[in-house]
Amino acid sequence: MATLELRGIKKHYGSIHAVDGVDVVVAEGEFLAILGPSGCGKTTLMRMIAGLEMPSAGEILIGGKPVTHLPPRARNVSMVFQSYALYPNMTVARNIAFPLKTRGMPTAERDAKVAWAVGIMGIGHLLHRRPARLSGGEKQKVALARALVRDPALFIFDEPLSSLDAQVRTMARGELRQLHDRTGVTTVYVTHDQLEALGMGDRIAIMQHGRVHQLGTPQELYDDPADTFVAAFLGAPPMNMLERDGHIVGFRAEYLLPSASPAAAHDDALSLRMHISQLEFLGAEWLVYGEIENGATPQKLLAKVPPAVAATLRVGEQREFTVARSRLRHFDSTTGLRVRDERG
Amino acid sequence: MMPVLRRLGFYLGLLLFTLFAVFPIVWMVITAFKQDADLYDVANNPFLYNLPPTLKHVTFLFTGTNYSVFLWNSLFIGILVVVITLLLAVPAAYSLSRLVGHWGERSGIAIFLVYLIPPTLLFIPLYQIVTFLRAANTVWALVLVYPTITVPFCTWLLLGFFKSLPRELEEAALIDGCSRWQAFVRVALPLSLPGIATCIVFAFALSLSDYIYATVFVSSTASHTVSAGVPTELIRGDIYYWQSLMAAAAIVTIPLAVAYGLLFDRLVKGFQSDSAGSEATP
Amino acid sequence: MSEAEASSGVGLGDRDHLLGWLMLAPSLIYIAALVGLPFFLAIALSVTSATVGDPSIHGFVGLGNFVQVLHESAFPLALRNSVIVTLATLILTLVLATAESELLVRDFRGKRLLQILLILPWAMPVSLAAIDWLWLLDSEFSPVDWLLRHMHLLGPGSPLGPANHLYYYGKEWLGLGAIVMINVWRLLPFATIIVLAGRTSIPRDIFEQAQVDGAGFFRTLFSITLPALLPILMVASMFTALLVFGDMAVTALTTRGGPGYATQVLPYWAYLKGIDGGALSEGAAVALFMFPVLLVGAILALRMAYRTDSQGDQP
Repeated sequence: MATLELRGIKKHYGSIHAVDGVDVVVAEGEFLAILGPSGCGKTTLMRMIAGLEMPSAGEILIGGKPVTHLPPRARNVSMVFQSYALYPNMTVARNIAFPLKTRGMPTAERDAKVAWAVGIMGIGHLLHRRPARLSGGEKQKVALARALVRDPALFIFDEPLSSLDAQVRTMARGELRQLHDRTGVTTVYVTHDQLEALGMGDRIAIMQHGRVHQLGTPQELYDDPADTFVAAFLGAPPMNMLERDGHIVGFRAEYLLPSASPAAAHDDALSLRMHISQLEFLGAEWLVYGEIENGATPQKLLAKVPPAVAATLRVGEQREFTVARSRLRHFDSTTGLRVRDERG
Repeated sequence: MMPVLRRLGFYLGLLLFTLFAVFPIVWMVITAFKQDADLYDVANNPFLYNLPPTLKHVTFLFTGTNYSVFLWNSLFIGILVVVITLLLAVPAAYSLSRLVGHWGERSGIAIFLVYLIPPTLLFIPLYQIVTFLRAANTVWALVLVYPTITVPFCTWLLLGFFKSLPRELEEAALIDGCSRWQAFVRVALPLSLPGIATCIVFAFALSLSDYIYATVFVSSTASHTVSAGVPTELIRGDIYYWQSLMAAAAIVTIPLAVAYGLLFDRLVKGFQSDSAGSEATP
Repeated sequence: MSEAEASSGVGLGDRDHLLGWLMLAPSLIYIAALVGLPFFLAIALSVTSATVGDPSIHGFVGLGNFVQVLHESAFPLALRNSVIVTLATLILTLVLATAESELLVRDFRGKRLLQILLILPWAMPVSLAAIDWLWLLDSEFSPVDWLLRHMHLLGPGSPLGPANHLYYYGKEWLGLGAIVMINVWRLLPFATIIVLAGRTSIPRDIFEQAQVDGAGFFRTLFSITLPALLPILMVASMFTALLVFGDMAVTALTTRGGPGYATQVLPYWAYLKGIDGGALSEGAAVALFMFPVLLVGAILALRMAYRTDSQGDQP
């Protein structure tokens, strides 16, 4: 268990700036999710933390010690790969014991450690199988056990759930977080799936073009995006955005409600006349697709409404919708950055 | 399933290919046990034993010629060449596939060009080098020179093989506490055993099969290989000891064919790493 | 690098580039010494008057040896025969190997035994294979002639002429034909292994799709199997061509280049001149004539392999 500090990390491949100046401090025992679209530099950043790549500039500290130029084995980090990277020529037991063997741990101690990790993951029945004979979920558990077995300073996860079936994935998300809480190991979790990041991370770092756009708790990122990229990337559906008075105004779909409904804001609200073009049933709520006149061009908006409210809406009709002003977020229309001065 | 006509064609095809491969060998084996009087009578059916078969010519190989010396030399050279080849080619291929960057990625073509320079182009200057090293006329001349054929071939073969291994496995090993060298030895190497097995077979076969270096660099009987020794010792002027020649060929070929044949699927796999594609990919 | 880092011991085993070059160095040095050096020596020799008796390379004669060699009547024949034998072997081997791999890609009873039988020719050293075929096509005792005679195809009053024997190695085209046969025979297992490697890695569903689309055997062969096999066929042809073009054992032990120079090939001629005849420099010059041919062939094959490969990568 240790802190992780990244100071001005850069990685350039010729003229391509894969990672372009990242500063992050991860607290001891924290679960940090690094989220971003593919090609945003999150994988490169993670590989530099693991020691698989050397940064072009900047410093990496684990537990306060600089490790920037150390090989992976000198960093005491564990990593779970997307493909799990289990050694196909070794049994599950030998896979898990491998990190201890390379450290020259005595056999008795090693066996005890392996038994402990195997117990936590509940994979005692798999010990003598080869990786080729494991299911996706089983492979993941073995990979976790192998990462767990040696008390690492840091866990690094590289999209470890992406090769699982959708059903198993939700389960695995919970298990992973529980495992983290139980062991308290500082964790860096790289993913392109916002549900994973929002659901598991203590904090999330959102990356694009090699830079961290925002670093904060899931709630902060969701409620107070630092710029239009974060606003558009995070949340399903993404934040509605309107061009208004030289600003971009953003608000979440769940705050856009028909003015007649009881939950709608009345006092200090922005009101919009919307043409309803489609209604979509989502289970607990309905998604309303609409269009408003915004200057010369029609603008598409999304609203998320409870079933009772949806029942009052018809496709094709014009309705008055409102958003409370406190829910509005303003962005600079050229830089996309958040504007704190919220006059509306 | 296959319709009857196609199935018939399938077995007919197999039969024809087998006949083509086996006919000269059958002829060889029949000849090996024939008495002279039977063999050299044009009126006889050449496929039958018109006189009782004899072991005389096979025994002659071992008592009247240096065949056993040739066998031993071939085996000795073959094994040494295999060892040298693996020692040189395996690290080189790994290095090219993983460690030396873009440079290595494109080097498949360069290796191919080396392999393209055939012994027949090099044997004259190599003869001078071997003479200069005072290795001429010894088995060491061949041990020294055969890896020029086997190393480029095996490096190329293994290069494709290492490239087809997922990088993540070695990275996992690095994370798990290995140095790069250990990751190579403990993870990459065990996984490339099929490729290495293929290399062993090819290196041995290539060194056994060579004729030109074996004839040019070695003239003393004591250092000859099967490949060069059998023709020189069993063809004297225009006298051919046919039965012994055939026996000499059969004794080498049949055990090797059994060994190679059992490894057949392995050999195919050795080429399967998409060597063609990966070595030409920029 | 800070103190803490320096003390944690970054070993040689961690510096990828350095380790890489160290692992590569033995091969590079070996190849440079025993392929590179002799290659340049061959070039150096070819422009001198070196002989076995006086193997030094200081009697500079410029391109004299090449001119000398070019003017010998054997040269055009040797070059022609080398090319003909290589091309004919190549085409026959590839066609047969493709067909054979089409058969061997299936599973059937006794496949193991058959694999052993089929690989037999390749397990035999070239020189012994040549001797086997020398005896098989012997001028007097050839069983092939015997079979032909018994089928009344050979002998007085039969289609193949009045003689009782064909004398394979005594005639120009029969001799070349026999040399091609021997090469095809000994290289077919090797070529089949390579083609089979390509054949088994074509995904199965492509064939199933073709079947669903109603493509017959030949349709499938020409529009699916062969295009997919093209890169590996290039590899197979490169190896086959090289092994034939550079080989002298078959010729040396069967026709010996005769009658006259009618079946002579470049490698054996280089050997006869350089080693048997003692004219090292002329032998080297003959051998060097093979290089451009090899180079062009290699570049063509690599290009095609590369092109088909990069096309294959397009989605």
